[in-house]
Amino acid sequence: MTTSRRAAASLEAGAGRASRDGGRGAHEQPAVCDRAAALASLEDRLGHAVEASGSDDEVVVAVSGAELPRAVEAMTALGATHVMFLGMDLRGLDPDGGLAVEEVLATPGGPLVRLRAPLSPERPSHPSLTGLVPAAAWDERESHDLFGIEPSGHPDLRPLVIHEPIEGLPHPLLRAPLASCEPRPPRPFRAFVAHGEGVYELPVGPIHAGIIEPGHFRFSAVGESVLHLDARLFYTHRGIEKLVEGRTFEQALAIVERACGVCTVTHATAYSRAVERLTGTEAPPRARAARVLLAEMERLYNHVGDLGNICAGVGFHFGTSRLGWQKERLLRLNEGLTGHRYLTGMVAPGGLRLDLDGAAVTALASAVDGIDHDVRAIVRRLVRSDSFMGRLHGTGVVTAATARRLGAVGVAARASGLATDLRVDRPTDAYAEIDVPVVTHATGDVAARFHVRAQEALVSSAIVRELAGRLPDGPIRVPPARVAEPGTSTLAGAEGPRGASWLWLMAGRDGRVERLHLRSGSFADWPVVAAAVPGNLVPDFPLINKSFELCYACTDR
Amino acid sequence: MSDGAVRASVPVDERLRSSIMRRLGRSLHVRHLDAGSCNGCDWEIAALLDPYHDVQRLGIDFVASPRHADLLLVTGIMTRNLADAARRTYEAMPEPRLVVALGACAISGGVFRGTYAGSDGVAETLPVDVLVPGCPPRPEAIIEGILVAVGRLDVRRAGRQAT
Repeated sequence: MTTSRRAAASLEAGAGRASRDGGRGAHEQPAVCDRAAALASLEDRLGHAVEASGSDDEVVVAVSGAELPRAVEAMTALGATHVMFLGMDLRGLDPDGGLAVEEVLATPGGPLVRLRAPLSPERPSHPSLTGLVPAAAWDERESHDLFGIEPSGHPDLRPLVIHEPIEGLPHPLLRAPLASCEPRPPRPFRAFVAHGEGVYELPVGPIHAGIIEPGHFRFSAVGESVLHLDARLFYTHRGIEKLVEGRTFEQALAIVERACGVCTVTHATAYSRAVERLTGTEAPPRARAARVLLAEMERLYNHVGDLGNICAGVGFHFGTSRLGWQKERLLRLNEGLTGHRYLTGMVAPGGLRLDLDGAAVTALASAVDGIDHDVRAIVRRLVRSDSFMGRLHGTGVVTAATARRLGAVGVAARASGLATDLRVDRPTDAYAEIDVPVVTHATGDVAARFHVRAQEALVSSAIVRELAGRLPDGPIRVPPARVAEPGTSTLAGAEGPRGASWLWLMAGRDGRVERLHLRSGSFADWPVVAAAVPGNLVPDFPLINKSFELCYACTDR
Repeated sequence: MSDGAVRASVPVDERLRSSIMRRLGRSLHVRHLDAGSCNGCDWEIAALLDPYHDVQRLGIDFVASPRHADLLLVTGIMTRNLADAARRTYEAMPEPRLVVALGACAISGGVFRGTYAGSDGVAETLPVDVLVPGCPPRPEAIIEGILVAVGRLDVRRAGRQAT
């Protein structure tokens, strides 16, 4: 009884737990780092001057492949965190351009540092960074699959994205075969399983019971307890990064925003911001505010639905049904605002493609207020149910250390006490003018992720109501200020319902896409799910999985 | 809760209920299969079970095993990585079985048309009975598509008797 009362109290306290510095204790607050400090640290560690380009908030540093681990160490020593690692084939713009990899790190309070290492197209290889930055493990496997770039010393080089070799296309993102390219030997995928007396294997998927996306899970269990979980994903891999190559920025938008049908505002915003950076364009005030309003509507309908799905994870249909009802009301508001239940087709480079419906904006605040009221009432009843909360407390625990080591983002990170939120850390659009409280929770279990979502839904609802009342008038879109110079690249992020989503973009000729890489919040958080499961009961896996509510489509692309 | 009426009252609901009743004897069992969608269609299928649409009142249930399913509701382009599992799902279904391709991707590949990672729609892998367009199709359109598919059962049965 005490646990659920405490939980109820914490919900009612509302913003009491939410603060800008949340769970980030003073002892672990890293010093703020600027461009000069980042470069000084790099030069010190590498022992020579480095060539840096870019702006104050984004520095590109050329390093050699062999220097990459030391350069990463220099950055992590400053408290920088892994953002993404990607491969690229630069021979599309310059036949002698070769291949390259880039490790992107975010320095605390300072610039993004992009460590670019050129690789030989003869046999592209670099020392693996996974030992230093465990969060890079999947990124390196991906660039191995897509480009044949070998991260030497990687502990697990099983196929990730491309399950079976594609005939005639061993590495689909290469512009031309590598000089050394032999037909890729078939690498059979072997699940990592535990052996021993009383240990049994439980294969689940890729096609699951229920209306969910495909993924294969291999549990090693002793009795009811999970000893180890190995996940094989990428069943919904659609090859988006190859599909957008050579398309105009406008054409690529429709594909990028459908990386995930329920994070379309997030992906379209990150993409549009990247295009705007490459073309020196600034969206007009109305669009900058409307993007935030749409992003918060997206977070709101996702969070409300996801709270309901956590109830489904324990078979508590009262919550599933009531919150599903509220989610449907939100989808209908979306349709009134934009003509699309999932807000697709609105955000575009330079602003918005369509304006919000005037009458719907006028009615929005009171409609959202009504839903906010009902969601509060439902959540209050849920947290007072002992049988419900009993399943959530202590289940699927992710410690702050694990979350940090694996590079967790979004709700998964904040529920483990890491106060990380791109809306506050690197505000764009109208977020710079809004006070967004970062909601954190210390316990890292399913209950913590439930509470963080519940409180964030209320924060989103408050932002929507505020912005709906003071949406600036004026144009919704401006044309690009200039054509993006071929070969220039940048990255932009957006805090979506599933955490920080980062998009890396390089311009080709005539304002077309040369290379695009999307590292979604779900991609970053999947390894965290696998780490949260061992020690829990097999039947708790669906609940743990739903508490993260990651999107396979965002991950698989 | 101010909305009052919870259930949508489009006549297609009633037509579907009576069609299921007549052709299948009370219920239609559906197996959902995500073959590489963006998750949009899949959330609209999930919305069929919310209190607004509540398709269980029409005799529709979503089942865990394809062996219990009359109808396969497929979303997505049919990716390389999933094609084998999708084929085996279809093969596990008892006759007569129906396949509905849901959404632009399942119909033609949609915006992902031409990718190395899959095919341009489900029909290259499975025999499709009904196409439901949309990106994603609204829940009402999915209900209408299922209605059309159930209507095909008569044709299917007549065909079997003729052979």
